[in-house]
This record gives sequence, C-alpha cells and structure tokens, in this order.
Amino acid sequence: MIDENTVRHVARLARLRLGSDEEKVMQQELSGILEHIDAIRAMDLDGVPPTTHVIAVENVLRPDVPRPSLPREEALREADDVVDESFGVPRMD
Amino acid sequence: MSAFEPVIGVEIHVQLSTQTKMFCGCELSFGDPPNTHTCPVCLAHPGVLPVVNEEAVRRALMIGLALGCEIAPRSIFHRKNYFYPDLPKAYQVSQFDIPICGRGEFVALREDGSELRVGITRAHLEEDAAKLTHLGGRRAGAEESVVDFNRGGTPLVEIVTEPDLRSAADAGTFLRQLRQTLLFLGVSDCSMEEGSMRADANVSIRPVGSHEFGTKTELKNMNSFRFLERGIEAEIARQTEILEAGGRVSQETVHYEPETGHITSLRSKEESHDYRYFPEPDLVPVVPDPAWVDELSAGLPELPLALRRRMVGDMGLSAEDALVLTESPELVAYFMEAAALADPKACANWIRGELRAQLREAGTEPWESKVTPAHVAGLVDLLEAGTVSVPAAKEVLAGMIETGDQPAEVVEARGLGAMDASELAAIVADLVAANPDQAQQLRDGKDKVLGFFVGQAMKRTGGRADPQSVQALVREAVADT
Repeated sequence: MIDENTVRHVARLARLRLGSDEEKVMQQELSGILEHIDAIRAMDLDGVPPTTHVIAVENVLRPDVPRPSLPREEALREADDVVDESFGVPRMD
Repeated sequence: MSAFEPVIGVEIHVQLSTQTKMFCGCELSFGDPPNTHTCPVCLAHPGVLPVVNEEAVRRALMIGLALGCEIAPRSIFHRKNYFYPDLPKAYQVSQFDIPICGRGEFVALREDGSELRVGITRAHLEEDAAKLTHLGGRRAGAEESVVDFNRGGTPLVEIVTEPDLRSAADAGTFLRQLRQTLLFLGVSDCSMEEGSMRADANVSIRPVGSHEFGTKTELKNMNSFRFLERGIEAEIARQTEILEAGGRVSQETVHYEPETGHITSLRSKEESHDYRYFPEPDLVPVVPDPAWVDELSAGLPELPLALRRRMVGDMGLSAEDALVLTESPELVAYFMEAAALADPKACANWIRGELRAQLREAGTEPWESKVTPAHVAGLVDLLEAGTVSVPAAKEVLAGMIETGDQPAEVVEARGLGAMDASELAAIVADLVAANPDQAQQLRDGKDKVLGFFVGQAMKRTGGRADPQSVQALVREAVADT
C-alpha cells in the first residue's frame, strides 16, 4: 500500500487537486495497480522483452513535405486570451 | 594552484533544418509572424495523432554515424511529462532508454595539434517547445506571457557527452568542432544566436587524483561558445571557493550573466525533475533498415577530422592551417580545389592569410568573391616560377579581387612582373654606389643593412623586385666594388 504522501506527490505532479476522500480512493486504486505490477514482477520473465507497444507495427514515417497550416484566426479561436496574435498565458518566470 | 580538477559534460540541442516539423506537416520557419505555422497536431488538439518525419530520422542517423554512435536496431519514443505553457500537450515527445543513437566518440583537434577525445553517451530525437515571451507591463497592468507555436514541434537532436572534458577551453574546442561537423553534414543551421544550436554544461569539481565525481550543477542557456567557456570558468571558480571554505556544492541549475560575470542560481522548482517518462503509445517503434543505415554511412561527406588528418598528414599543412581551412564546408571545398592545381602548402598560406585578410575588408568570403580557386593556384604558380615577387603577388591578388581577371592578366595590365635580371642589377648597382656607408657596413658583416637596400629597391621598382634577388644582387655588387 502506498502512503498518502506519495499520492499527494503524484497528484501535484499531475496538477490535480484532490479532496481527502479522493486521496483515499486514489491510494486504493494506485496501490491496486502497483500490486498488479508486483505480481508480474514475481514471474519468471527471463528472455521476455518488455512490451512497449501492443500492436506489431513499425516504421510509420511521413515524407518531409509541407502541408498547409491553420489560418491564424482558426488556430487562436479557442484561446482563452489572445495577445499580440499569440496565446496569452499567466506570467511565467 | 587549486588542488581540484573540473569534470565537465555537455548536452547539445540541435534543431534539424528539415522542411517540416517532427510530427506534423507544418513548415519550419524563423522570424515569421507568430502562430502562422500551426495545426491541430502541434497545438495538441484532442484526438490528433503524430507521425514521424522520415527526414528527421535520416538526419539523426547521419549525426549518430558521424559521431561513431551505435545505431539502435529498434528505438522508441517516450513522453516526458511536465507542465509549462510552451508545451501544449503537457509532455514533450522525446526518447528515453532506447535512443536512436547510442554510445560513440568525437575526436576534436586542439590548436597545439593534440587530440581531444570526448565520449558520446547518446544522441536522440525529440521535439522543440514553443516560444514563450514575457510581456511584462506592456499592456496596462498586465503581467502575462504570450506563446508563439511556430517553433513548437521543430525536430531536435539532443547530443549528450560523457563527463570527459577537463577545462572550459576544451569544452569550447569540442563544441566548436562538433558544430563544424554538423554543418558539414548539412543537418542544421547550428546558429547559437538564433537558437538552432543550444548547449548546456554539467560542471563539477573533484580533488585531483580522485575518481569519484563531485556534485554537479547545470549551466544553462548559453547563446555563444565564448559565454559558455566563461560561464564554465566562473562556475569552476565558484565551486572551488565553496569547497575550499569547507562548504558543499548543491545540485542545481545555474545561470551565467555575461554582463556581470556572475553565476546565479535558478531556484529549480520543486519536483521539477520528476518527468514520469513512459513509452509514447501514439508512435510506433523506429527500426532503421540496416541497408538504409549502410547507405547513409557510405554517403557521409568527408568530415573535418578526416580532412584535418589528411591536410596535416598528406598535404604538409600545419595543425593550425588545417583548423582554419576546415572552418566551413565552403572554405574546405575552395581550398581543396586550389590545392589540386598548385602546391597545397602555398595555397593554404595564401588563402588563409592574404586572401582572407584582403576580403575581410570587403566583408566577403573567398567562395563569394571573384577570385576562384584556380586564380589562387595560378598566382601560386607564378610565384613559384619567379614571375612575380611576394609583394607584387599581393597586388595581383588585390587586382583579381577587383576585376576577377586571371593572375597573368593582372600582372600584365599592372606591370607587376618581376624585373629582368639586368634591369634590377643596374638599379642595385646604382643604390650601392649612392649609399657607400651602408655598402661598407655590409662588407663589415652587418647583414641587417640588407633590409635597407631591399626597401630602397622596392621603392624604386614599385614593389616589382623580388626581395631575395635584391639581396643576392646587393651582395654581389658590394663584393665587386
């Protein structure tokens, strides 16, 4: 079982604000996932390559040929704030 | 004086000069109006899928091959997760434990001719972030930043070295020559000022003789090699001071301020280094066909190190000649063309010396000038044949720069040909007769006075006389009288 501090740390990294009830639920669920991983770890996996992709497809590549970009008004249409033809965001230092 | 030695490794980000971005067909641009090269993929709209740019893979492989890296038979992309407004997906697609290019080695040449070997840890593909600009108070009361996504998604290759460097000067030498190599490959513009090449340095110090590493700091965002060298120097000094005072260096990101020479700490944000990498499920593995890799390897241009070795080993050039002449692919091509036609050492001297000096005043480069490599070779041949003197050859060069005429034509048009022996002998005899004191000094063994006669002869002949011939003739004339 992972502790509450670990849950809070992971939530902070994911920019999630959890209530204390939610923290408890996440603690249960995340622990369940890790237990599953531990169960896999306990197996003899010598010679089994790690699975990074579940479909056996390789080398999907695209030729280096330009395609039209969005008109700027279109690109900026959903922006919360438009400043200087750009996406306005809170000040970052 | 200090009992510490620096241990330095560098990370270099290189923007690939492809037509389009890493994962979408938006055109790469520099200096275009903001947000005019975006699409749902590079703006991270929901439901879009990235597709890898084949040309970016090709260039990453070329870089790996040029750095002697092991090419991964299969490599995958990872998500590097963090939140920042210049990263619309809240993750950067990068590579983690299976980069496309693994271990390699880069050999640089120091000015003293010694070799500087730097281990390459890896070179991997990733995408660049967008451009974030802080507005400050430009809008009344506004404290905000703006994002231009034109740059977002530009293909990058990140090259990471082993901590093999032991001085700021070596770090500079390595980076400059790595940049040259990348320019020769034609994979990137490698402009530090425009940000298409960026370098960070990891710096630590340890007692001389120790094999353990000290705590390192990361020196970020240097936009010139000189500042990077100075920044490393300043950081080494700062760490030395801390350790000598019995303190501890803390692991952090630091910034060098060129204006003041100070190192400042960029308080790294809490937990900012927990990127929670995991395999990117939207991109399938890249498995380069070995035949393709072989073809790329065979097609690599001759790189600066090989060129320098050939110039020094086979062509009789000095290490310094070779370093200067391999500054750019254009200069190498120019020199090689001349050296195929006339004595390579003499061509090297004239190209890196007088030609570049005269052209610098005009603000142009040899390959852009009216003087072709064949012109240079022709001039070298005229000198060797004794048709022109060295001072006259400089005049011929100036003439060629101006008109683009053949060297022999300039010699003819400007009357710069070496004088025939009897004409010169007559002038020298005159000079000796007119300057009996100096002639006597020469008889007394004061060879310094030869310079006087050479100077006088040059004046009288408008620089056409060959100084060596003048010296010989003066000695003869003095002995005769």
